[in-house]
Amino acid sequence: MSDTPKTVKILRFHPEKCDGGRGCEKACSQVHFKTDEGRDKSAIHILKDKNGEYKLHVCDQRGLCLDICPVGALNRRKSGVVFLDKNVCIGCQACVGFCPIGAMRKSDARIEPFKCISCGACVRACPNGALELVVVNIDDIKQVVYHKQGVDK
Amino acid sequence: MVSGQIPVEEYDTGNTRHKWDVNKLIRAHRVVAEYAYKKGEIQKGFANRTLYINLSNNEIKEKQVTDEMKKLFTGGRGFGLKLLWDSIKPTTRWNSPENELLITTGPLCGTTQYPGSGKSLCLGISPSTDIICDSNVGGFFGPYLKFTGFDAIEIQGKAKHDVVILIDGEKGKVVVETAPLEETNSHLANEQLTYMYAKEDSDKSRQLISVVSAGKAAEHSYWGCMNFSFYDIRRKVCRMKQAGRGGLGTILRDKKIKAIVAKVEKFTGVSNNPADPNKIAEVGTKLHREIRDLDRYQCNMRVVGTSHLVEIMDQYDLLPCENYRFGSFPKASKIYSPKFYELFTKIIPDGCWHGCTMACAKTVDGFEVMTGPYKGQKVTVDGPEYETLGCASNMSLWEPREVLEFNFYCDTYGIDTISAGTAIAYYMEMYEYGILNQKRCDGLELCFGNFEAVMGFLHRMAEGDKGEFITIAAKGIRRVKNWIKEKGWGDQYLIEECGMESKGLEYSEYVTKESLAMQGGYGLTLKGPQHDEAWLIFMDMVNNQIPTFEDKAEALHYFPMWRTWFGLNGLCKLPWNDIEPANNAETKEPAKVPEHVQNYVDYQNAMTGWNVDKNGLILQSERCYNWQRAMNVFMGRGRRKDDWIPYRSMGPVTEVEYMSRKDRYDKQLVEKIGLNQNDVEKMSVSEKIKTLYNWKQDQYQKLADAVYYRRGWTPNGVPTPQKMKKLGFSDKKMLDMLEKVIDEDTKKGLNHWCGKYGKGEKPPSIDPKYWEKW
Repeated sequence: MSDTPKTVKILRFHPEKCDGGRGCEKACSQVHFKTDEGRDKSAIHILKDKNGEYKLHVCDQRGLCLDICPVGALNRRKSGVVFLDKNVCIGCQACVGFCPIGAMRKSDARIEPFKCISCGACVRACPNGALELVVVNIDDIKQVVYHKQGVDK
Repeated sequence: MVSGQIPVEEYDTGNTRHKWDVNKLIRAHRVVAEYAYKKGEIQKGFANRTLYINLSNNEIKEKQVTDEMKKLFTGGRGFGLKLLWDSIKPTTRWNSPENELLITTGPLCGTTQYPGSGKSLCLGISPSTDIICDSNVGGFFGPYLKFTGFDAIEIQGKAKHDVVILIDGEKGKVVVETAPLEETNSHLANEQLTYMYAKEDSDKSRQLISVVSAGKAAEHSYWGCMNFSFYDIRRKVCRMKQAGRGGLGTILRDKKIKAIVAKVEKFTGVSNNPADPNKIAEVGTKLHREIRDLDRYQCNMRVVGTSHLVEIMDQYDLLPCENYRFGSFPKASKIYSPKFYELFTKIIPDGCWHGCTMACAKTVDGFEVMTGPYKGQKVTVDGPEYETLGCASNMSLWEPREVLEFNFYCDTYGIDTISAGTAIAYYMEMYEYGILNQKRCDGLELCFGNFEAVMGFLHRMAEGDKGEFITIAAKGIRRVKNWIKEKGWGDQYLIEECGMESKGLEYSEYVTKESLAMQGGYGLTLKGPQHDEAWLIFMDMVNNQIPTFEDKAEALHYFPMWRTWFGLNGLCKLPWNDIEPANNAETKEPAKVPEHVQNYVDYQNAMTGWNVDKNGLILQSERCYNWQRAMNVFMGRGRRKDDWIPYRSMGPVTEVEYMSRKDRYDKQLVEKIGLNQNDVEKMSVSEKIKTLYNWKQDQYQKLADAVYYRRGWTPNGVPTPQKMKKLGFSDKKMLDMLEKVIDEDTKKGLNHWCGKYGKGEKPPSIDPKYWEKW
């Protein structure tokens, strides 16, 4: 238990610096699928809301999915990052369905899902510095799967 | 309590650990038969071959699955019926060498994206009923059987010595070898064999093994169940699910099979090679999200499994208490689900197959056994599920720890909790009336609530105790009824009408006295009184949605067909209606859960590449359902007299029962039967019981009339050749047999409607041989 990670790096977004170029998505799909397609093959999504402002949609490493995986393909690495081992994964999509923010993604390219691993490829790819990796305490962001009987009052 | 996000390796159940000398066990093995096969790919859900093993002559071979077989029988239970039909005779009984034990999968079995996709369907001629029993079960065996390369395994003959059958998907080999030293009781046997056959000494390797076994009591009882293992990498325990009903574990042990083991090398989310994997992932993910968002507001399956039903049944007067005499009980709150919530281990994905986020397979870990050979050891108890809790209320056991003990020993001894619980409850009632007593019960003081006597019975059954009562009681209610009557120990009416069996199989755990449709759901069935064909109590009794005989008959057509469909595909029924879309109540037919029906249409098409609609799914079932009924006819049963149900399932057998719901029954005499209120008040309780009895019996016959008509059967309950042809069957042996039976029935005067139709009522057809005009 001693080497249980206490902190993790997560992405922070500075929308005022974003120009919507989506270089981050292309870089991310390079990491996961060796392609520049971005979008469905990227773990990070840049969205434009109805006010024309850019939003970041990506995993925040809260780890709710960890207790969902039936084969132990999801683990918190020493770095604190929630990591999906696609060689162990059996593609059940339970983590995809249960992620409360929809950050565990599935592409048509393969049955196993994928997610942000805080590798920083997107940070490096952004010409405007709109993304950075920041260190947070896992205890502050951690969330566990619902397991109470009945509904929260 | 565990707080979540625990690394997989670090969870500890606190169970007693065993150290097995696996090499010593292996050295005692001797290969009896061996067969090498070519590993193949699964195509669109089908391995396209089945495995045949004959333990008498050690023949092992493959049988091809033809397109014709898929068209007529779909898969799973349908394949099982077809293979059985090719193997058995009308005289085949459970222990005949030609009787078969079948474990089948189905085209959707082994999918990981859609919850509830890991079921095996097991079949054989049952010791309890002498007809086909089909029993569905979770665990990893079904999916692994398919991934090793077979849609089904068919075992005929009997081995001379205890054997283990290994289907090794890694090497492409089937081996039958003697296994003299392994434990028989399942919680240990499964563990030994899992450690023995795992490629490496790791949890991930052990997770690629699944074992089927049955314990010691299955050797001495007709209630033998088969335990299907699924290795839990967090608990490090071989957990298990039961193919409970109908004594299939008894057949397993009669064939001297200690265990069947399936071993896979590796599998992925697309090992079934679906025609359209992305579509399956899409519908599956949609259902995962529904469960995530709504389960907590609906059934709480993820948290307490089916145990949430106890409080609902108790509140609606449907929880069987003291052998179904009552539908609720003052002490029932002691076994409500919150009591088990305290004991269940949380934060573990409790699906009995991967990807089932319904996750109803709950356990109590580190449970300290209180009696018997494992006293003092700490074990994992799989359950209790609702049915086992219903057995507890039936036996009047109200302490959660006692329920867990009963559950644990039934499982590891290979005993179906349902049959055992329902039967013991009947013995207890006979004990209360003095029809049975301590002397007649081989010293067991089998009164309601006596936990020690219940456990004593189980342990003695497992030991093979030769006492007259233990021996006969282990064969179930039907045999005990006959035995008591032969002994001349009591009132025939009480003996016959209190014992909750039909066709020789014990009832599952719902009180059906106030729902005629559900009486049909238990009685007008293929294998016997199990609620897996229809559960109509709320539709019928609470919501009054099916008031007429025609309405009930339609429900007893649609729902048994619909529920049969799960077994043709290797699916679990629970994710169909134990979770419902948020807007389900606003749909036209909420009881059918239309959105989920569409999911299944999409799912089957995306797997197989077929193009069927929702009616096509029902047609698939109707073929197999009628085929199974026709096979029952072939076995000399499957007629109206075989659809008899005990009066305890229809109304009050005894005065105590009548008086416990006096207002309800008095009201029925006035409102349903049309008696005058003043006359009712003057009647004695026994007169009232008799009047109600005659009326309710007639209601049941009228229901049977309507249902047989709706299903296209004769008034004696036989599927007509015309119906079979309509469904696409041309098997001459089958059609000729049905023709002959119907002629014989006509000669015996059995082909007439049996309800007493009064003014303003009419039978389903004027001509009882209505089908001849088709």
